[in-house]
Amino acid sequence: MRIKSQKDFFSGLLFLLVGAGFAWGATSYKIGEASRMGPGYFPLLLGVMLAIVGLLVMFVSLVVETEDGDPVGRIAWRPLFFVILSNLTFGVLLGGLPSIGLPYMGLMAAIFALTFIAALAGDEFRFKEVLILAIVLSVLSYTAFIWLLSLQFPAWPAFISG
Amino acid sequence: MELISHLSIGFGVAFTPINLLYAFIGCLMGTLIGVLPGIGPLATIAMLLPATYALPPVSALIMLAGIYYGAQYGGSTTAILVNLPGEASSVVTVIDGYQMARKGRAGPALAAAGLGSFFAGCVGTLVLAGFAVPLTEVAFLFGPAEYFSLMVLGLIGAIVLASGSILKSVGVILLGLMMGLVGTDVNSGVARYSFEIPELTDGISLLAIAMGVFGYGEIISNLGKPASQREVFSADVKSLMPTREDFRNMTPAVLRGTVLGSMLGILPGGGATMAAFAAYTIEKKIKLRKGEVPFGTGNIRGVAGPEAANNAASQTSFIPLLTLGIPPNAVMALMVGAMTIHNIQPGPQVMTSNPELFWGLIASMWIGNAMLVVLNLPLIGLWIKLLTVPYRWLFPAIVMFCAIGVYSTNNNTFDIWMVGLFGVLGYAFIKLGIEPAPLVLGLILGPMMEENLRRALLLSRGDWTVFLTRGLSASLLAVAALLLLIVLLPAVRKKREEAFVAD
Repeated sequence: MRIKSQKDFFSGLLFLLVGAGFAWGATSYKIGEASRMGPGYFPLLLGVMLAIVGLLVMFVSLVVETEDGDPVGRIAWRPLFFVILSNLTFGVLLGGLPSIGLPYMGLMAAIFALTFIAALAGDEFRFKEVLILAIVLSVLSYTAFIWLLSLQFPAWPAFISG
Repeated sequence: MELISHLSIGFGVAFTPINLLYAFIGCLMGTLIGVLPGIGPLATIAMLLPATYALPPVSALIMLAGIYYGAQYGGSTTAILVNLPGEASSVVTVIDGYQMARKGRAGPALAAAGLGSFFAGCVGTLVLAGFAVPLTEVAFLFGPAEYFSLMVLGLIGAIVLASGSILKSVGVILLGLMMGLVGTDVNSGVARYSFEIPELTDGISLLAIAMGVFGYGEIISNLGKPASQREVFSADVKSLMPTREDFRNMTPAVLRGTVLGSMLGILPGGGATMAAFAAYTIEKKIKLRKGEVPFGTGNIRGVAGPEAANNAASQTSFIPLLTLGIPPNAVMALMVGAMTIHNIQPGPQVMTSNPELFWGLIASMWIGNAMLVVLNLPLIGLWIKLLTVPYRWLFPAIVMFCAIGVYSTNNNTFDIWMVGLFGVLGYAFIKLGIEPAPLVLGLILGPMMEENLRRALLLSRGDWTVFLTRGLSASLLAVAALLLLIVLLPAVRKKREEAFVAD
């Protein structure tokens, strides 16, 4: 059997897996009955419904013709990787990782790391430009978040500010 | 006359210098972020929400209303100048707006959008103020069964109005409802789907989802496209004022759009988008006057009508939120999140228990609209400059603001990981052609639906027919069924697909 809409097929698969997973998870809680619902009742209902919707979407994707097969297309691995990596690095530097004893490095370091890593996601990387961008963003953030809004952010690394 | 005394309470609250300042800052920041290509009102509000945490509730809501209008207006500006609709409701604005800009008439197009929106906003505010009191009384007739049925109607509405496949929209909504259930169950105290992670027992942060799906997902997708598709058209805006002929053409369009928008906005589901589409369709059906250019080649009515309609609708869509506590669309769902952070539970009780807040908010909406005209038309030049900032500088800044914003909510890095996770999901949605907006609506409605379903069935001792035997509940469900039936009819279905393809 040929997949007639790739996008729909994988959407359906996603729904089916998440729905089934949710429904399966719901069975570990008390289900109860309609007049006295346990914590598992409503999630089970929704999970089963989503799984059914997923199956329907997959069925349609196998039956209904589309012009070009509705391909998912090339996945932008590079932006995906660097944008998410910059986000994670930002979190690690800003808050530290207490679970492995890594101290925080503060907002300034986090912004520099984020800017440089995120910039790698684009199709051109010009060191000087990115450096200026990082400086501008960190000055802006310091003024806006730490001075004006006085949010409780560590601005500098733990070993400097103590 | 009650209306006037109510509005005067509201203006009394909102017209203090400090609140005017917040409205101003909100509009300015909302437009600033909203004008950036690829950032719709949802992402804008999510990003700017943390800026309001430190304010007292009334000021915070006033600023948020400003942000909301600013973001919407910014979206239309981008639509007209760059041919990039920031959100679904400005998809139709693009058609004639961009053509006007290409003919060197960007100024009149922007003015038509601004003035049309302002007029529609004024009418919408009056409708809101007038209907709020009677509708609040209706709200007290609502039991759990009625609330549940109303939410079903709202979700069906969102499905009907979402662009793209109906089945996939149903899936996204169910997914949103399920995500809303993550966290501690209020009835039993059981932490559901928390995977032993303490942060998850409070539920998934709405902001993390909104920023991840609408912020990061969009950025990754934009970067994946070849650079030529992101090219920014640098429009030369010479004169802003529409000609006398323009005014003659756009005035009736604005009036029609306002009426249509005010009516459609009250419907649960996604009023603004629907209103804009409907207004455009009507304008197209009305015969061209002598000397008017055809639609699709830069007709000013094609900008003024839909813009008025979507603004009137976004105004009146506050009605179900403020009177029943049920958000009718994704943006309103985010507003619920914002209000909850400030310890306000939206619903019929707000008007009686906290009249200053309620009427103050309504007055501030009008102020927000007025502010936009005063602020944005003169500042158009600045917004255009902003559009010429290369994307390679913009996107790291957006990534940063999302990360800082979500961290500042709880001062917890866990939320940052969640943004990353939802960024991946958001990108997957774009790749799979799934419209993500209903997710946010489902997320907010999930716990509410469960609670009301529980109560309704507890009262009826497990009898599911309670939803059909109570008159009000049955009629709400009937409307929902009718809506669903209408879109499933082959003829309408074809029309709908055509409308969303945007000719």
